[in-house]
This record gives sequence, structure tokens and C-alpha cells, in this order.
Amino acid sequence: MNFGGLDLNTVWFVLVGVLFTGYVILDGFDLGVGVLHLFVARRDEERRVFLNAIGPVWDGNEVWLVTGGGALFAAFPAVYATVFSGFYLAFMLLLCALIFRAVAIEFRSKHPAQQWRCFWDRSFALGSFTSTLLIGVAMGNIAWGVPIDARGEFAGTFLGLLHPYALLMGVTTVTLFAMHGAIYLALKTEGELQARVRERINPLIIAFILSYVLLTLATLLYVPHVTEAFRREPWFFTLVVPVVLAIANIPREVNRGREFYAFLSSCAAMAGLMAIFGVGNYPYLVYSQPFPEHSLTAFNAASSPKTLGIMLTIALIGLPVVLAYSISIYWIFRGKVRIDKMSY
Amino acid sequence: MTTELLARLQFALTITFHYLYPPLSIGLGVLLVAIEAAWLKTKNPLFHQMARFWTKVFALTFAIGVATGIVMEFEFGTNWATYSRYVGDVFGSALAAEGIFAFFLESGFLAVLLFGWDKVGPKLHFFATCMVALGAHFSAIWIVVANSWMQTPAGFHIVGDGLHARAEVTDFWAMVFNPSSMDRLTHTVVGAWQAGAWLMVSIGAWYLLKQKHREFACLSVKLGLTLSLIASVLTLATGDRSASGVARNQPAKFAALEGHWQTGPQAPLHVVGWVDAQTETTRGLALPGMLSWLAYGSAAHPVTGLRDIPRDERPPVNFTFQLFHLMVGIGFAMIGLALWASWALWRKTLENSRTLLWLLVISVLGPQIANQAGWWVAEVGRQPWIVYKLLRTSQGLSAVVQANQIVASMIMFTGVYLLLFAAFVFLLNEKIKHGPDETDLQPTGKLALGFKGGAA
Repeated sequence: MNFGGLDLNTVWFVLVGVLFTGYVILDGFDLGVGVLHLFVARRDEERRVFLNAIGPVWDGNEVWLVTGGGALFAAFPAVYATVFSGFYLAFMLLLCALIFRAVAIEFRSKHPAQQWRCFWDRSFALGSFTSTLLIGVAMGNIAWGVPIDARGEFAGTFLGLLHPYALLMGVTTVTLFAMHGAIYLALKTEGELQARVRERINPLIIAFILSYVLLTLATLLYVPHVTEAFRREPWFFTLVVPVVLAIANIPREVNRGREFYAFLSSCAAMAGLMAIFGVGNYPYLVYSQPFPEHSLTAFNAASSPKTLGIMLTIALIGLPVVLAYSISIYWIFRGKVRIDKMSY
Repeated sequence: MTTELLARLQFALTITFHYLYPPLSIGLGVLLVAIEAAWLKTKNPLFHQMARFWTKVFALTFAIGVATGIVMEFEFGTNWATYSRYVGDVFGSALAAEGIFAFFLESGFLAVLLFGWDKVGPKLHFFATCMVALGAHFSAIWIVVANSWMQTPAGFHIVGDGLHARAEVTDFWAMVFNPSSMDRLTHTVVGAWQAGAWLMVSIGAWYLLKQKHREFACLSVKLGLTLSLIASVLTLATGDRSASGVARNQPAKFAALEGHWQTGPQAPLHVVGWVDAQTETTRGLALPGMLSWLAYGSAAHPVTGLRDIPRDERPPVNFTFQLFHLMVGIGFAMIGLALWASWALWRKTLENSRTLLWLLVISVLGPQIANQAGWWVAEVGRQPWIVYKLLRTSQGLSAVVQANQIVASMIMFTGVYLLLFAAFVFLLNEKIKHGPDETDLQPTGKLALGFKGGAA
């Protein structure tokens, strides 16, 4: 199969990217709501509104990560194996955080005792924050490069993953998800609570822009292989334009009270950021440093062309159907949150 | 302890805890479809009340199933990196297909099932419930296909050698329909139906014992028991097929199931027994010739004994033997209990027999123990192979993961899972104490539309 000169490996590089982008955009606002949970929602009723804003959808959103993991396993088994065994403790922490986040949403409002609710509120917030930070740190390491030996195995340590660049990427991700979550909440809440949520949007946008600018400077200075694609093909810089416009559009739409358009802008900005990340890293899936020749790429880490072809058929059948019913389900749950007896 | 044993224990711990929940979701999913179909057809508000109550129980099991399932998706990579590189081309595609075809469907429509009561009409709600149940079954299909490929690999070839060897797909459908996948899938699914069905029976019987919510309880017991009866008989039939498949495809595992040492005809079937692997003997109550007959339809047919399997290719025999017999014993007990309770229900004596009601209350443990024992048999009986006859478990480990990292993560998972289990039992108990909601006899919102005799 041939897609206008694209080979199957590149197609799968893009598809895995699409799945993780779907995850970042969709679970990004769930996690962002979690990050804001303790700070913005104070009374029990408000916290229930926050949880019910994401209640019907967070579960389906998390599936993007699970499917992304499965697709990575199928299309690039060597990457799946090296990254998850190499980042062992970091991933165990991520899994633990995601477990707490998930069950906290489900369990919190099922019992009225204050201590019970307080415990799960904290679990939800801490689980969301830790997951977000670790996702950012992982992406930071992928871009920065990690030590890979000649067998293709990770040769670094857990603490070695926590270098300043990766942590900066982690902080950037937290601010981005918090911003995205706040915009989503503005869409789903009303009255006094919405006013309080709206106040947080601009500071979060500024925090995100500051950390992203710092991150970009660091990338330009210290991560030359990521910027190389842009030097080689300067027209890739046009990717930056829609991201800047989308982010600039957010406060404008929020001021006009058009939260839905603000939310769409935020989604578009995140898609653009992921595209920039993908273009910068292609063809590397895991960049190796200090030995770039050991890097895992879309070509040396991939499954056989036969499997990539079969998987593409599966994706082409499955993804449109998934998108169609996911959109319908979002449509059913449109509008402001109303607490009823089935609510969390 | 070696890294290999620790990694295996970690997988056993996380998968065993995870597998408490998906069978309940699969079984309850089927029952929810039946309940909502009955409600649509009869418009009896009792069915609406049942749908509401059992949906809440379903939500609880589903939540933990999802939370613990995400660990499984990544654990192949964390602890079994070499295995993952070796099988990714084949095994990975089944796992990815599970994500795209099953998980999205399940969790997407779960939103409508749980929160859509007042937002969509009864038919759309029924459709959503069907999709959730279908998604749960799709998930079972793909994961059992993937595991069956590890038991009876097919549709692949090995490319490269030494460290770079790996399995690559040659025939996708041969991989999907490998020799054991359909037998094991049907057996797994009906086992899951039993888990959900007996949970419904158990809670219903508890209300009957406490003389609460009588109408609700009777109908729940009746419905649960219907599925229990069907599923327990099907479990026997599919189990028989599955076992003769094992005899043909995995002779070492088959010999271990029965502690069968000497190859030959008239192989005996043990009802109970104890295996001594040192002296290569099995003592116990045995029916001569039955094993040959069950596996091949003829007592004269020889069955391979463990003495003909090289020592380093034998699974732990007594462990496999005991868990297999535990599973089979419970399987027969469930059929007996289902028949007894159905008969009592038919004679209308069920509500008066406290012994039987108590048995039904604890029946929920039966399928749970048997399902777990069955999976332990399947996995331990395949040892020392991680992919049968292709890759040893000891060769599949992550090269860079140290024993202390595994210990640390195991301590973490044990703590987290104990907490989750305690919270689950606590909340389920609360739900049961609270019981079905009387106001649920009156549908609200869009559900009430087109509902004759419903809310005015």
C-alpha cells in the first residue's frame, strides 16, 4: 500500500501519534479538571459538579491511552518493550496514579461520610496531577533522548529520567492540561462556580505560554535533532502559526462567553503541539543519546509490513466507527452539568 | 527469589485481581440486556427498577475492571520486554484490535447506560446496553485469542535468529482461529456468564432470606438462575471440548492436569488425588480408562504420559492437577446447585428452604474461584513455556528490570489492590443494604415517554 509516497512505517508513526494526540486532547481535560479539583471547587456540591462534568466521558477518553499502548505494541514492539521496561518505576507510578484517579471518580460520591469524600478528592487531585506530570516527563525524555545500548535496551536510571528538560516538559504539560481543563469546566458549569473557573483561565494560559517559551528555548539550544526537521524543511514552521492563533483565540472567545469555541481552540492548539512534537521527532520514536545510532525509529523498531498492513485495515475500519459514536455520545451529554440521582 | 519468579508472581497478582471484575461485567452485561429487553416488551416497571439497581452494581465492577485493566495493557512491556519484542508482531495486533473494537465500544456506551437514563429514550438506552455487553464480549474474544496463540501458536513464522528472532504473522485468520482459540473462548465466556449470573442469584437469595424486596428478589433469582443453569451446562460442554483440545495440542499440560505418568491406553481419570513428582506417582481415586475415553472417545486410545516429556519441559504437576480438579469440582457443584434451585423454584419451595437460600448466597464464590483456578491451570500448565514450544518463560523477561524494582512495584500494587478491594466490598455491601430504589418503579425523563401507565 502506498499513500502519496508515504510508506507504511510512516503511516503508523502518524497513526500512533494520532492515538496519543486523541488521548492528550480528551483525557487532557479530565486530568486538568483533576489538577484544579482541590483549588477551584471547594464545597461538596461544587466538587460533584466537577466530577460529573467529566463523569460520562473520562472512561472512554482513557481508552485512547490503552489503545495507543496496544497500537505501539503491535506496530513498534521494540519501542513498547524498551520504553516500558526502561522507564519501569516511572510507569508503575503512572499506573498507580491512573488507578487512583479512576476509582476516586467512581467511589467518591458513593458514600456520604466527609472523611471518605475528602480521601477520594485528594486521590483524584493527586492522581491526576502525578499522571499529567509523568506523561510530560516521559515525552520530555523521548525528545531529549535516553541512553540506549547496542541491544536496543534502556541503559539509564530512574533518577536520570528526571533531568531539567524533562521536568520542564512535565510542568508545561501540567499547565497545558490545567488550562484545557479550566476551559472545559467553563463550558460545563454555570453561575458563581463558572465565574470562578473563568477567572483561572487567563493566568493558566499565561503560565502555559511562559513554560512553553522556556521549553522551546531549551529545545533550540540543547536538542538539535528535534529542530533539525524544521531547519531542513522551513515550511514546517507554518505549523506554529495555527497553534499561536488558536491559543490567542481562547481569551477572546472566553470574554465573549463562547466557551465552546474556546474549548475547540484549545483542542486545536493541543493537536498542533502534538504535530510539532511528532514532526520534530520523526523518524525517531526513542532517540538515543549519547549514541544516536542506537535510536529506535519508525523503521528499525517496526513490525513486519504484513502486520502493519493488517493493522491499518483494522484501524481504517475501527477508527471511523469509534469517532462516529464517540461524537454522538458527547452530543447526548452536551450542556451544563445537572446533578441527579445517577450522578457521582 | 529469582527475577523470573518475581515477575511471574507480579503478573499473577495483577491479573488475578483484575480478573475478579471482567467476568462480572460480561455476565451482568448479558443480564442487563435481558432485563431491558423484558422491560421494553412488557413495560413492567419492576424490570425498570431491576435495570437501575443492577446497573449500579455493574458500574462498580466495571470501574475497578477498567482501573486494574490498564496495568495489564502495559505489563507485557514492563516485565516481559524480550517476550514483547518476540511476539509483538502477532500478539500486539490482537491487543490493539481489542482496544479499537472492544474498549471504545464498551466505555463509550457505558456513559449512556449509566448517565443516559433521563437523556435518551428507552430504545436508545437499550441499544447502548447491548453495545456495552457486546464490547465486553469483543474484549473477551481478542484477549483469549491472544492468549490462545501463546498456547497453540499458528499463522506465523520465525524471522531472524538468536536475540533478533521474532514471530511474524503469515496468516492473520490462522492466528485468530488458532487450534485452541474458539474452544477456550467459549469456555471463558460461559464461565464469565456464570460469574455475573450467580452474583444476581446470590444477592436475590440474600433478600429472600432477609424477607426484603420480595418481588424484586424473586425476579432476580429467577433470571439469574436461568442464565446460571444454561451457562453451567455449557461450561461443562465447552470444558470437555477444551480439554480434548489440550490432549491433542499440549500433551504435557494434559498429562499434568491428570497426573498421568505412563503413556498407554486405558488412561485413568482421577476424581481426587495427590501427585508426587519426585517418585513420578499419582495416588487417589481413579476411574480406569475414563481419561482415554473422554479425550479421544475410546478407552483403548493411548494418552501421553509425563515420563515421555523431557524433565525440563514439564509443568509443575501437582499444582496444575489440584487447581484443575478444584475447577472441575466446582463446575459440577454449580450444575448441581442450579438444577436443585431450579427444581425448588418450579415447585415453589425455594423461599422456604433456608439451607438452599444460604447455598445460593455463597454460590457467588463458586464461579469466581473456578474462573481463577482455570486460568491458573491454563498458565501454569503451559510452563516452562511463555509461548508454547517457542519461547521459554525465563527467556521472555525484561533484561533491564531488577528484582528490587519488581518487589517495590509489587508492594505498591498489593497495597493499592487491598485498598480497592476493601472499598469495593464496602460499597457493594452498602448497595445491597440500600437495595432497589422504590422510586425507580416510576421511570423519569425521556424514559417515561411512550411509557403506558408511567409518570403522568
